[in-house]
Amino acid sequence: MSAAIVQVENLTKKYGAVEALRGVSFEVHAGEVFGLLGPNGAGKTTTIETLEGLRTPDSGRVSVCGLDPQRSGTSYKQQIGAVLQSTALPEKLRVSEALKLFASFYSRRRDTTDLLRRFGLEEKRNASYMHLSGGQKQRLALALALVNEPKVVFLDEPTAGLDPQVRREMYDIIEELRRENKTILLTTHYIEEAERLCDRVAIIDQGRVIALGTPRELKQRSAGTTRIEVRLARPENGGALRKLEGVADCRELDGSYVLHSTRVPQTIVALVKHLEAQRNDLASLEISAPSLEDIFLELTGRRLRD
Amino acid sequence: MRNTWTLTVSRMRLALRNRAFLFFSLVMPIAFFFLFIGVFGRGSRLAVPYMLAPVLALTVMGSFWGLSIQLVMFREQGILRRFRLAPVGPGAMLASSIVSNYILTLPTIVLEFLLARWIFHLDRWGNLWGVWALVTLGTVTFAALGLIVASVTNTMQETQVINNAIWFVFLFLSGATLPLPVLPAFIQRFAVFLPATYLVTGLRRVIVRGATLWQVGPELLALAGGSAVAFFISMQLFRWEPEEKVTGRAKAWAAATIVPFLLLGIWESAHGQLRTDEQAIYDLLEQRATPGNNTR
Repeated sequence: MSAAIVQVENLTKKYGAVEALRGVSFEVHAGEVFGLLGPNGAGKTTTIETLEGLRTPDSGRVSVCGLDPQRSGTSYKQQIGAVLQSTALPEKLRVSEALKLFASFYSRRRDTTDLLRRFGLEEKRNASYMHLSGGQKQRLALALALVNEPKVVFLDEPTAGLDPQVRREMYDIIEELRRENKTILLTTHYIEEAERLCDRVAIIDQGRVIALGTPRELKQRSAGTTRIEVRLARPENGGALRKLEGVADCRELDGSYVLHSTRVPQTIVALVKHLEAQRNDLASLEISAPSLEDIFLELTGRRLRD
Repeated sequence: MRNTWTLTVSRMRLALRNRAFLFFSLVMPIAFFFLFIGVFGRGSRLAVPYMLAPVLALTVMGSFWGLSIQLVMFREQGILRRFRLAPVGPGAMLASSIVSNYILTLPTIVLEFLLARWIFHLDRWGNLWGVWALVTLGTVTFAALGLIVASVTNTMQETQVINNAIWFVFLFLSGATLPLPVLPAFIQRFAVFLPATYLVTGLRRVIVRGATLWQVGPELLALAGGSAVAFFISMQLFRWEPEEKVTGRAKAWAAATIVPFLLLGIWESAHGQLRTDEQAIYDLLEQRATPGNNTR
């Protein structure tokens, strides 16, 4: 494993009485895509904005490329690129002007024509920022983040609010960056994004990292179990379902029951028999491998987007 | 320095694409020009240069409004946050807004001079170096004062309320609209504490009397001191984020902006010639305007 390029140790931050971060620690290695996965309000943005130098932690230590974001000022900003949760630029600034303007701030800079081409913004080069679509604005935000050939790129919810097609475009771009060995730290509350893009994921909830590892490692926490989500015609006590053959765990969630089974056929047969005995009926049944969502559910008892 | 210049060029481009900017920096000053000189500037040849001074002063003072509104808007919309991620400091952000505004104000000043000559037969240019020096220092002072207001207010509404209150004082208690000698004595005594007064009286003396830079020394000193202090304080108060609170310390800094004008006002009240000179120029205007005495 290559050396840690981002180190976060025991970060805490309070906003009034609210504890946004309660001792967040993790490391990101050079060339990896690292994800902070968690629901809204978990502390993802506070963490990433502390790394970007936009927020000061109450305590803890942060180091990126060997520099302290709070103390290294402009020399630090030369090293990083970032996409904020919502980027805003002057509405009459044109696309090519924005790229040239931001490029002019850095000592190391990329060819802006090349960036326009790469992010599919050539046709929009003379368009004002106010006339860009949501996807185009996000692509421009990403192009601006890369204008200085940064060593580390921070992406705060890079696909939030984008339609599925644009989201997939963003995934392609981020995967391309991974192939170029860029170190990327992104925050997301989309499971698909974390599973598809990230080499390692830290699951963060209520200001704490509650699990950390590769998506595969995290899913192996539920090793040997299969997820069976059932919705019943008439709700009933989950305790009875927990006792069915092969069931290792059962949780009630939004009116359905998520069972984790080690022996799927036996569980299904037992379930059908149980429903017959109770004169209940199945409204739906879904069998799948456990996802990061299930891990989150196991750890917190809540869905990611609750 | 390079950042300041590239930001300046970018801001100038954006300003020229902005209809509101063109209205406030070109259309409105020219409208004031015709109102002041076309209506009040009649009666004697001296009235044209006499009224040109407040017209130029109002053009310069317009920086106070434009820059504060823009800074608050950029902060509220999160545009400053994006710049904060780049290696750009508050100094470059503020200096570029002042410099771009200054460069775009100069053509209006030149146009006002030329229109005064062509349409109203302005009979003198005055001391143009003096005009340039006062316009330059005046623009920086009023722009920086606007940036200070923008830094101690949280919303556009708040900024507009405070701007209006300060603007009213500058406009009506400094001789920028009504000449100082026609105002009550207590307002005249108060006026020497206002930066706007030094700009108007300075411009009047360099245009009407062709006063040398040395002769308008107190006015230049007032505006130079004011611009340096106001710019320094605007740097101290600069806020990138809308949710950053305005601290008590920041408010104390903002209040400190009045110190140079307070000191100068005290000195001017005790030893200065400002009010006497204004009265003398006004008396000259009155004499010239008297029928049968309308000669140079």
